Amino acid sequence: MPFIEMTALKKSFGSTQVVRDFELSLGKGEFVSLLGPSGCGKTTVLRMVAGFETPDVGDIRIEGESVLRHRASQRHIGMVFQSYALFPNLTVAENVAFGLKVARAAVAETRHRVDEMLEMVGLGAMRDRYPYQLSGGQQQRVALARAIAPRPRVLLLDEPLSALDAKIRAALRSEIRTIQRQLGITTLFVTHDQEEALSMSDRIVVMNGGKAEQIGPPEAIYNRPGTRFVAEFIGSLNVIEGQIVAGDSTHLVFSGGRLDLLPNFAGLAGQSVAVAIRPQSLRFCAEEQALMRGVVRNIEFLGAFSRVHVSCGSANLLVDGFARDLSTNVTVGSPIGLTVRSDEILHLFDNK
Amino acid sequence: MIGKRFWSWTIFALAALYFLLPLVGMLEFSLRARRGAYSLDAYRNVLNDAQFHQTLGYSLILSMSTVVLGLLIVAPTAFWVQLKIPRIRPLVEFITLLPLVIPPIVIAFGYIRLYNTSSVLPLTGSARGTDLLLTAGYATLSLPYMYRAIDTGLRAIDIRTLTEAAQSLGAGWMTVLTRVVLPNISVAILSGSFLTFAIVIGEYVLAALLDRPAFGPYMVWMGSNRAYEPAALAVISFGLTWAAMAAIQFLARRGHHSVKV
Repeated sequence: MPFIEMTALKKSFGSTQVVRDFELSLGKGEFVSLLGPSGCGKTTVLRMVAGFETPDVGDIRIEGESVLRHRASQRHIGMVFQSYALFPNLTVAENVAFGLKVARAAVAETRHRVDEMLEMVGLGAMRDRYPYQLSGGQQQRVALARAIAPRPRVLLLDEPLSALDAKIRAALRSEIRTIQRQLGITTLFVTHDQEEALSMSDRIVVMNGGKAEQIGPPEAIYNRPGTRFVAEFIGSLNVIEGQIVAGDSTHLVFSGGRLDLLPNFAGLAGQSVAVAIRPQSLRFCAEEQALMRGVVRNIEFLGAFSRVHVSCGSANLLVDGFARDLSTNVTVGSPIGLTVRSDEILHLFDNK
Repeated sequence: MIGKRFWSWTIFALAALYFLLPLVGMLEFSLRARRGAYSLDAYRNVLNDAQFHQTLGYSLILSMSTVVLGLLIVAPTAFWVQLKIPRIRPLVEFITLLPLVIPPIVIAFGYIRLYNTSSVLPLTGSARGTDLLLTAGYATLSLPYMYRAIDTGLRAIDIRTLTEAAQSLGAGWMTVLTRVVLPNISVAILSGSFLTFAIVIGEYVLAALLDRPAFGPYMVWMGSNRAYEPAALAVISFGLTWAAMAAIQFLARRGHHSVKV
């Protein structure tokens, strides 16, 4: 039985439908990210689980029991907010103790738990400071400790890292994940940052227009995007649209040349389809024997590798290669041939 | 550069004179109760007057109950409007401004008509009942200041997220209000309370028409019957008001962190 189960969730604000037919199950201890652009409904899903919004249709069950008739304060769900939301009038220790005090835990037990939590997030020395005396990263650690202190059944993270600068964000990312694993707490994480979602999650739900476009582990989302939206949203995939031509072999013909496809595309002959190719799957080759030809527009040196922008017909393609593998004739303005292995071409579906 | 400096100081000095001269004149006058010499006779007379103590004490008690009543009405209302129905904020603001437009005399006559001795609820029939009416009237008069102060305080903090954070930690509405909202707008509550206090201490119309022994009518009575004592009384009440304002400043500075988010 799944630990959290959301079925057929729908939610509208006025005439705008923000969440539609949303289904998701989380196993106990799982870390699942809701990933999508702003306005895709991910935060609304989270807020429905928290109890701050009520779904118009559908059900949310935790451990098999519907939580919809419980108020937010009765659900035993911890939440961390983007803006930290620490109580400004309370010290760090008092903030962490808040949930325990509300639950009327014994004084000694509260004290012990607060110490334990502050130790966990590495802020034991800050216990008597006020929130305004802490940096953003420290405040968010306190918020995490505060959310976990009353031993909630579920942890909700609403873009907790978005307000922090890059370095702290990366550090806190792994810290959150370590703590989550240690405690084995089922976690739902909302973010618009694909790197965060990919690096932290057991599974990712890519959301678009209030629906789940694709649900799967990070590797699957990254390597086998199911829809065009997912392909474009995750990483920097090249999307090529063209006509399928089937004969002895199957091709995709587009303005920049043609691609050899695996035989399983043959059934789509005559149709217009979109495929995706990762930047590191494209290879340069001599122009005369290439199926695709283009012109180098720009070369970005990115340290470990270089990213080459190639205009190929009407498509603008990204090609990643190690600097040492790029032959000397790859210079800005030079014509170039491109090739790709057929099994590295991904078929994209338009999810309407 | 020097010219600019000169003019700004000149304007400042003129404004200072405009405000200070009458006060200095009043202070000077209040010290001249004894012919030909400065003395504190007027102050002594005022402070020794039993009526001064009675009326001031009465007004102090009433101002405190007004503050409590005003807070009970305004704090939950402003919180709820901010959190749940922000779109009716203009309406609420309009209602809270009404006491500035409608003269207190209208309220007094309204009360007398509604709660007279031959009505269903004859509140004017007893002293305690009239006190109750007076408190309610004062709370109405101070509504614009109380609401504005608290609303500003609520807007200065992210009240929605703080509320949700508290709820996710298991807090019900009462806990949210008493442990999260009120402590974080304590400075706003204090300034609203002091403004209310200042209004109640000096108010004349309601107290006079409802015939209660408040400080406002006493000052007016003093003004029409004595020469030097009213000036001394005015200086004393200025002193009280300034002490209250200094207290706001002091507490605001001490509670500085509670406003910052």
